[in-house]
Amino acid sequence: MMQSETLRGTWVVAYREILRYITERSRIVSSLAMPLLLLIVFGAGFSNVIGGMAPGVDYLQFMYPGIIAITVLTTSLFAGISVVWDREYGFLREILVAPISRTGIVLGKAFGATLQASAQVALMLLIAPLLGVSLSLEVILGLIPMIVILSLGLAGLGILMASFMRSQQGFQTMMQIIIFPLIFLAGVFFPVNHVPIWMAVISKANPLTYGVDAIRQVFLGSEASEMGLGVTVGDHTMTLGQDIIIVGIMSAIMLAAAVWAFNRQE
Amino acid sequence: MTNQSPPGTMVEVDGLARSFGKIEAVKGVSFSITEGEIFGFLGPNGAGKTTTINMLCTLLKPTTGSATLNGFDVQHDRSDVRRSIGLVFQQPTLDEYLTAEQNLRFHAYAYAVPRDLRDRRVRELLEMVELWDRRKTPVRNYSGGMKRRLEIARGLLHHPRVLFLDEPTLGLDPQTRRSIWNYLLELCERENLTIFLTTHYMDEAEHADRIAVIDHGEIAALDSPAGLKAAVGGDLVTVGTADLDAAVAEIKEHFDIEATVHDETLTFHVANGESFLPEFVRGFSQPISSIGLRQPTLDDVFLDVTGHEIRDEEIGEYDQMIQDMGRGPRHR
Repeated sequence: MMQSETLRGTWVVAYREILRYITERSRIVSSLAMPLLLLIVFGAGFSNVIGGMAPGVDYLQFMYPGIIAITVLTTSLFAGISVVWDREYGFLREILVAPISRTGIVLGKAFGATLQASAQVALMLLIAPLLGVSLSLEVILGLIPMIVILSLGLAGLGILMASFMRSQQGFQTMMQIIIFPLIFLAGVFFPVNHVPIWMAVISKANPLTYGVDAIRQVFLGSEASEMGLGVTVGDHTMTLGQDIIIVGIMSAIMLAAAVWAFNRQE
Repeated sequence: MTNQSPPGTMVEVDGLARSFGKIEAVKGVSFSITEGEIFGFLGPNGAGKTTTINMLCTLLKPTTGSATLNGFDVQHDRSDVRRSIGLVFQQPTLDEYLTAEQNLRFHAYAYAVPRDLRDRRVRELLEMVELWDRRKTPVRNYSGGMKRRLEIARGLLHHPRVLFLDEPTLGLDPQTRRSIWNYLLELCERENLTIFLTTHYMDEAEHADRIAVIDHGEIAALDSPAGLKAAVGGDLVTVGTADLDAAVAEIKEHFDIEATVHDETLTFHVANGESFLPEFVRGFSQPISSIGLRQPTLDDVFLDVTGHEIRDEEIGEYDQMIQDMGRGPRHR
């Protein structure tokens, strides 16, 4: 009984998120705006100054996987905004009073966000050839699980925040406060091994760093990590598998916290 | 619990109470509703109407007391209760960016309406509320009345046994209110629905079979509209005449009725005003300058049982609190 209510809740809520995603073109554009802007500004600004990051890896090729992670981040946190929206426009009551479980609602929002993040990433991949980033079937297949794991966790974070926020303004202010440190201290724009010690410490404590590193390893392979572009903790350079474990654990915690927070509100 | 209710009882409420901090929004109410009945909760904003509804539809846990609905306990069999009820809230709860059809489909999926019934039911209800032609239109382009009709259709989609209507026509113009009531009454008959209605519109409460007058979280009176009005003391007769004191004396002597004087006019209650008036005019010896007969309204009832008039106050403390709990401030 309980299980079927969670399952039905998950798919029904995810289904509606996708319907909304398809009907609202502006949302598609707005969540691509930030990653594209960062890509263009930092790309144009730093490409000529920095040049090669490692043999065979130029600045754009280094930064692009991080931009993919940012795309996942901005789209996934949206799950939180959609909870706040539903509350403001009343639709949350329709959902809350239906015979579906609260856990199912949270999972539905999270999976909805994951599907949206995947679609947004697919759009971002279209410009990869313009940047000299090579795509292969192997890279794309490797990306899918990374995006799913990262996106579920970030959606969890968004819903967790939304459970404590009553207004859209409050939520958006909160987003602005966390989103920039999260992005700038995640090794998207510079390798975390080559920054001042305080920054390295914060970056290595930021779980998103490992998500960025995992996506980068999918694109560039493990050799690039060993050449200093990866994340080194102590003497150890993180492997793709270790990155995935860290992100996976963080995502599980975030989702569990979101389920807890959403269940406790009356 | 279930077995204690007499057959045909759809809702059984026993000492239901809810506090928010120190504020007692609902102070232990008890009543039962028979299957097929239209039951009204009449009271001003902040009287505890919405809080009671929220407890009955499992959105709010009671502080004390219990309630069963369709034989299911609202605290322990929440899913069964939810399947048994349809809800039309005070504020719209539609997804404005989806079309009418998409909104109904979402509801059908969420309530696990069987596939073979789904399309037929969606069409039947949209036709009934005359929105079938507009089914592909996003709801944000609908008028207030259309949205309310769509919400009523959605509330009925999963064949509920009890339909909760929380101020169903709040903020709608009189014409739309009338047409919505026509739908509701037709429905009630067609689907053998039990309706639980809250309102602070007197004319709307008239549609109910029985009305509970609720004030400050307590039920002050519970009866049929006619019964409530009869309890006020029957029809109200007003008579204008020159010598008021002599008139009072004559009425006392001839008709054994205690009349009172208000604003230079005689006022008294009689059980059956329409047949009394001709008799009165024939038997009364003094010249009559004016005469009036009015049936008591639910306004008179409310004043009589609560000691104050029902009024459109500013939003009450309780309502405010409930809004903060269930939904944030609304922005347009």
